[in-house]
Amino acid sequence: MTGFPWLTLLIFIPLAGAIAVFVVKETSVRLTALAVTVADLLISLPLWWLFDPSSGQMQFIESARWIPSLSINYRLGLDGISLPLVLMTTILMPLCILISWHSIETRIQSFMAMLLIMEGAMIGVFSALDFVLFYVFWEAMLIPMYLLIGVWGGPNRLYAAIKFFLYTLAGSVLLLVAILVLYFQGGHTFDILQLSQGTYSKSLQFWLFLAFFAAFAVKVPMFPFHTWLPDAHVEAPTAGSVILASVLLKMGTYGFLRFSLPMLPDASQAFTPLMVILSIIAIIYGAYMALAQADLKKLIAYSSVSHMGFVTLGLFMFNIQGIEGAVMQMVNHGITTGGLFLCVGLIYERTHSRQIADNIGLTKPMPRYATFLVIFALSSLGLPGTNSFVGEFMVLAGTFLWSKIATALASLGIILAAAYLLWMVQRVAFGVPNPHMLPKLRDLNLREMVTLVPLVVLIFVIGLFPNPILTRMHPSVEKVIARVLPSTPEEPSAVSQLDSPASSLAVIDSATSFMPNRGTSDRSRLMSNPAEVHQP
Amino acid sequence: MTFSVGDLFLILPELLVITAACIVLVLDPVLRPSDKDGLVWLSLGTIAICMGLTASQMGAHAEAFSGLVIIDAYGAFWKLLLYFVTGLTILLSHSYLKEERLYLGEYYGFVLLALSGMMVMVSAADLLTIYLGTELMSLPLYVMVGLKRSEPRSLEASAKYFVLGAFSSGILLYGISLLYGATGSTRLPAIATAIAGQSLDDPLLLFATILLAVGFGFKLAVVPFHMWTPDVYQGAPTSVTAFMAVASKAASFGAFLRVFIEGLGGLKANWSAIFLLLCLATLVLGNVVALVQTNIKRMLAYSSIAHAGYALIGVVAAGRLGSSSGVASVLLYLALYTFMTFGAFAIVAMLRKDGIEGEEIEDFTGLSKRHPVAALLMLLFMVSLAGIPPTAGFIGKFYVFMSAVEAGMTWLAVIALVFAAVSAYFYLRLVMVMYMREPDEAMGVAPRLVMSPTFSIVLACAVAGVVIFGIYPNPLVNLAMQAVLTLR
Repeated sequence: MTGFPWLTLLIFIPLAGAIAVFVVKETSVRLTALAVTVADLLISLPLWWLFDPSSGQMQFIESARWIPSLSINYRLGLDGISLPLVLMTTILMPLCILISWHSIETRIQSFMAMLLIMEGAMIGVFSALDFVLFYVFWEAMLIPMYLLIGVWGGPNRLYAAIKFFLYTLAGSVLLLVAILVLYFQGGHTFDILQLSQGTYSKSLQFWLFLAFFAAFAVKVPMFPFHTWLPDAHVEAPTAGSVILASVLLKMGTYGFLRFSLPMLPDASQAFTPLMVILSIIAIIYGAYMALAQADLKKLIAYSSVSHMGFVTLGLFMFNIQGIEGAVMQMVNHGITTGGLFLCVGLIYERTHSRQIADNIGLTKPMPRYATFLVIFALSSLGLPGTNSFVGEFMVLAGTFLWSKIATALASLGIILAAAYLLWMVQRVAFGVPNPHMLPKLRDLNLREMVTLVPLVVLIFVIGLFPNPILTRMHPSVEKVIARVLPSTPEEPSAVSQLDSPASSLAVIDSATSFMPNRGTSDRSRLMSNPAEVHQP
Repeated sequence: MTFSVGDLFLILPELLVITAACIVLVLDPVLRPSDKDGLVWLSLGTIAICMGLTASQMGAHAEAFSGLVIIDAYGAFWKLLLYFVTGLTILLSHSYLKEERLYLGEYYGFVLLALSGMMVMVSAADLLTIYLGTELMSLPLYVMVGLKRSEPRSLEASAKYFVLGAFSSGILLYGISLLYGATGSTRLPAIATAIAGQSLDDPLLLFATILLAVGFGFKLAVVPFHMWTPDVYQGAPTSVTAFMAVASKAASFGAFLRVFIEGLGGLKANWSAIFLLLCLATLVLGNVVALVQTNIKRMLAYSSIAHAGYALIGVVAAGRLGSSSGVASVLLYLALYTFMTFGAFAIVAMLRKDGIEGEEIEDFTGLSKRHPVAALLMLLFMVSLAGIPPTAGFIGKFYVFMSAVEAGMTWLAVIALVFAAVSAYFYLRLVMVMYMREPDEAMGVAPRLVMSPTFSIVLACAVAGVVIFGIYPNPLVNLAMQAVLTLR
């Protein structure tokens, strides 16, 4: 099974790079870091085509003994769910280096080293197939992130850094206990695939779900545990915010999808109402909070809470549309919110203020910047043709099959997103600029354009051609659903909520008609699941 | 009692260490001050030879002096650990004593004497031999704590340590005598056989168990018998603090586990309940009180108390479990704890402010600017103490929690982990001070680290242990597993 060690390379090239930046001359630190991340990106790209989209199995598996006495192994692999996330990470990292080119002047070596360690650990989290290995990567990124916020952050960075650290650590210690309990209940193994096939008693699942929930919900962050996010985002340097929003938050939802759902199917179903309620609160509350923000970064931070609400909502629908939409939304949020944070970073470099009031009327002095900002904002509010539309629509379609009221409430989030984002764009792009700010407002240079263009391209590519991602994740998502709902057709929890089958079918039909690139096979695939649901 | 010359060969490492200690004490007055470095190399050389001898005994299983001393893999594990710590202590002291202007050759003699006491403790199979060992360890330590004669704090610490140490030895001895009364022997195997035939509710046995637990509780510095620790750790010269926090704790755990597993194994149900209470109290108090410390030596003292609590989890699990994995996790935990705690104390020892020790947490302000490498190492030690992967501290915690879950005490693991998260706050506060604060003008001269070759070796050893065993703990795990197999 062990072929070319793609994943090991992906993880360890950045880690080696983290050492390399201390060895090279101070002037070439940035170039070295960029070269390392670009090399990582180039290695990760072939995986997209080498990946066999028809298989729901783990691919590119690597395995080595690590601690044999406890059968802990160094096992890596990717499936259709983790592949897009790994690629998203490798695409974003060079951009993070580029955006920090001039904005970070102090201790540049350590800064780049932290970013590179983060990259290695994040790819490790998405590709680990051993629970202990996963936990090591999961925790290993706490310290670099703590330092990124605490050393290179804004004025209130000490508070934000320790808050981020303690919140996430407190959540993940319970995860460790859950992992240990699973080891003894699941046949003395830490193998994630093996543990995902075991059956555990309902009461055990209940407790394990709570422990998983503590770790993942803090990371997402879900509604009552989100308070660290605005602080951390606001204080972190731009690259830190991008990593935090685009990748770290996804680790929480990835955790739900990879562990909670397949390992604890009964508990996942039992907790569905709670998860849906928390998700909807996050969607609406996050959006309302975003409306009230005067600080650009805070606004985007709260919009993240709202958007991640869609992801958790979709995950707990246990249907193809919901989960595929959630994974899509994970990738989309990474791209779009990453772009928005980059935009805020760029304007902060110029005016040294993140307040909306200080950055108004940028269209005239900075036309290129304004264009990018508008594109990212429109993508974030889910304009058809952009990436977020696909994901949000699929999540809503999936939710519709479960409950119309939930769908209606979640849709409120999209309307509010339009409100806060357009209002923000109206002020920032189209107001009358402050005269004494004008000299500072030079438009984007080539480096900054290079930073933003890849994300814009991805926004439209995914928005218009979502199929390549969906086909790759489809078998893996089906596998998860088959675990959660072993007898899909008769599952009462999905059926009882459906009072009008015809209308939900119409929604699905319109979903496919909005995506002209989906072939007939995809259409039937998208149709097949609800059709089965309605049989009884 | 029979005596054979062969027995002397079995205790050759102990004999060598004691001989070297005597030679150091004799040579010290006659050597010129410039030649006193020779004593350091003599001590290190002795330890190196003993290391080789003990390593060769790893597979052996022999009794000496009609069962007073036992040579087995379990004792060898602790001895190897103790040699390592003592070696590091001597290297660190070499730089530290110069900075403190304590030119005392007998210092190394005391270190070796204490080491010999610890070696007796971990390889004794008789309660009286163990008692002898603890006294042989403690007496030189009392002196070493008070070595900074010019400082009242050091003298106070020495007096406090002596009084409480003597007191706890008395309790231990009382427990031993009661146990002798109840079982008719002081040999651990004989006690085990005697207990097997008795009712567990025998008040005499119960009382003896409690007294032994209290006596060892003082040596291990577990709550509520920890009161001496912060004052003594703070007052003692830092190299001695490091030695006590690591070596004396390891040796006490070594003897303690042998007494309770091998001798009092039949009373598991009784003592595991006692240690469960001690363990909880230690975890809570150690971690919570450390939060408010401003002196780094006191903070590390409370941290070492808390870590004894984590190790006790393994002991409690061993009491419930009956399998060897609980004991092995304790061995592993203490071995890993050695690297990070010693490393942290080493950096504290060498941080000088106007010629005296900079031991306030504030003194670390901006250390990452002045000494980036040392700050990074301190960061690693703190992260490891907090138990965050991929460092040695995580592996240690992983194994003790694993044995707790295996023993069906998931709730204990949850509580301990919650307090591990609490502890992250004070460990990271030091990181915050080093990395995220700028030095204040009002602070005066910024403390600097005094670098020296021996100090660099100490740091290199400590950080290598923290990182290598954090990523690849296998060799140490196997060694610990092998060691506990010989424990009956």
